[in-house]
Amino acid sequence: MRVLVCVKRVPLTGGRMVLTEDDQALETRHLGFTISPHEECGVEEAVRLVEQHGGEVTVLALGPPEAEEQIRDTLAIGADRGILVATDGGEWDPQATAAAIVAAVRAEEEFDLIVFGNESADSGNYQVGIRVAHALGRPVVTGLKGLSVEDGVARCEQEVPGGRDVYRVPLPAVVSVLEGINLPRYPSVPAKLRARSKPVETVSPERPGARLEKLRLVVPGGPGKQAEILGEGAGAAPAVVNVMRELGVA
Amino acid sequence: MAVLLLADPGDDELTRQALTLAQSLGEVEVVGSAALPVARAHIPELPGAYAPGAWATALEEAIDRVSPSAVVAPGTNRGNEVLAHVAARRDLPFAANCTAAEGDVLTRVRWGGSLLEEARIHSSLPLLSVAPHVLPAVTGEGAPEVDAFTPALSDSDLAVQVAEHVEETVSGVSLAEARVVVSGGRGVGSADGFGILEELAGLLDAAVGCSRVVTSAGWRPHTDQVGQTGTKVSPDLYIACGISGATQHIAGCKGAKKILAINTDAEAPILASADYAVIGDLTEIVPAITAELRKARSQ
Repeated sequence: MRVLVCVKRVPLTGGRMVLTEDDQALETRHLGFTISPHEECGVEEAVRLVEQHGGEVTVLALGPPEAEEQIRDTLAIGADRGILVATDGGEWDPQATAAAIVAAVRAEEEFDLIVFGNESADSGNYQVGIRVAHALGRPVVTGLKGLSVEDGVARCEQEVPGGRDVYRVPLPAVVSVLEGINLPRYPSVPAKLRARSKPVETVSPERPGARLEKLRLVVPGGPGKQAEILGEGAGAAPAVVNVMRELGVA
Repeated sequence: MAVLLLADPGDDELTRQALTLAQSLGEVEVVGSAALPVARAHIPELPGAYAPGAWATALEEAIDRVSPSAVVAPGTNRGNEVLAHVAARRDLPFAANCTAAEGDVLTRVRWGGSLLEEARIHSSLPLLSVAPHVLPAVTGEGAPEVDAFTPALSDSDLAVQVAEHVEETVSGVSLAEARVVVSGGRGVGSADGFGILEELAGLLDAAVGCSRVVTSAGWRPHTDQVGQTGTKVSPDLYIACGISGATQHIAGCKGAKKILAINTDAEAPILASADYAVIGDLTEIVPAITAELRKARSQ
């Protein structure tokens, strides 16, 4: 089966959010980058499906030219080829993102399954997968914690209060997954080397105007807490138990 | 012009929080619940098993009847999903997880609430979902005028529908509902290292949680993860053992009434989110707290 996974390059944010001077983006000069967590699991899920059923995993990222690094990371854990939808680094709104993905997909031989993360770690728009499915006229199931394919039908599981809801949809289909659907593997050194020679194709569409237009980012005023130090080492235990009693939980 | 609120029948509290934002935009009519204090409720007759396409069609029919100035839904899985379907069908922009809106400018959360975005939505019909647990809930029962209708569903509306529900019983204390959570991060050091956290949790009738580093390392299952991509918790006391306090983790535990950090590093970011801290080695401190609790109870 042919599986496409769409991933997003996002900064590794650490302990504090710091904005650029124009409030348009996170200050990333001192940050590393990664793939959104849900999508990391999406890649792993696609690789497992292809290991089981045969076929090919393609990974698509819409982002700056540097997003090729994240595509290479997925090629090192078993994806076969990449498509970079290269931007000038500016942010694309969800409709523009979906339209660019649809255009890239239409230029390809049909995919049996297109996998998204349920929402990206940074902008969290909860909609790109649904928009792509709609444009392609395919069924879409979101928020999956379980996925298997048999006889051309995807069995999709969502975690809901009290258990799991199960959907069955015929392929070709679109799904979005959540972290926890699997535990992604780490790449081996030889696999990282092999990933360097796998093909990554680049397309560079024009960015349309935003209909959900970011004006600026704001770091929320935190509670401004200064933790009360109860003590150091084991000697602080009585003070901790006092606090628990005050809170009525001891 | 009225504002339409799509209710999530599975989450009254978040629906009522979304009603707060909807009321700030105008007079509200509701789709999918007749229990809210509003003037009019549109109740679609739909198949028992949830189908997002059927709900989207029901909402579209209500939109056509009411011609609202905006459509609002709670930022639940279903609220976001149904609005995204309507947005895709009508090629309209959709802003997920908003905390405020005025005119065409809105505020929405990013990074699970660690960052806010102000945005302008260019649309004749803004579609907005409301971020959970930011706004107060509207209280009180209502007796709205009920307008029942049967949406004209197509086959494709039912192509994706819940086919089966598998019951699962959760053993132990539920992480989302626990009054106390004893949580561990990288500083716990190994899967076995969680033994002392489990012992303390057992004594406090608490749930055991962990950070993303821990689940990525395979020390604990993902169901134990507290964070932006894990469970959001709101206990009376959250005990963060060996957790540095990455924004990804704080997004999951900031709902706690009080946070106690146990950390070797007095400069760790977690201390800026914590109410109390003990500085030092958790492998000494956690068993000492357990022993102190036992001693206190035996007296």
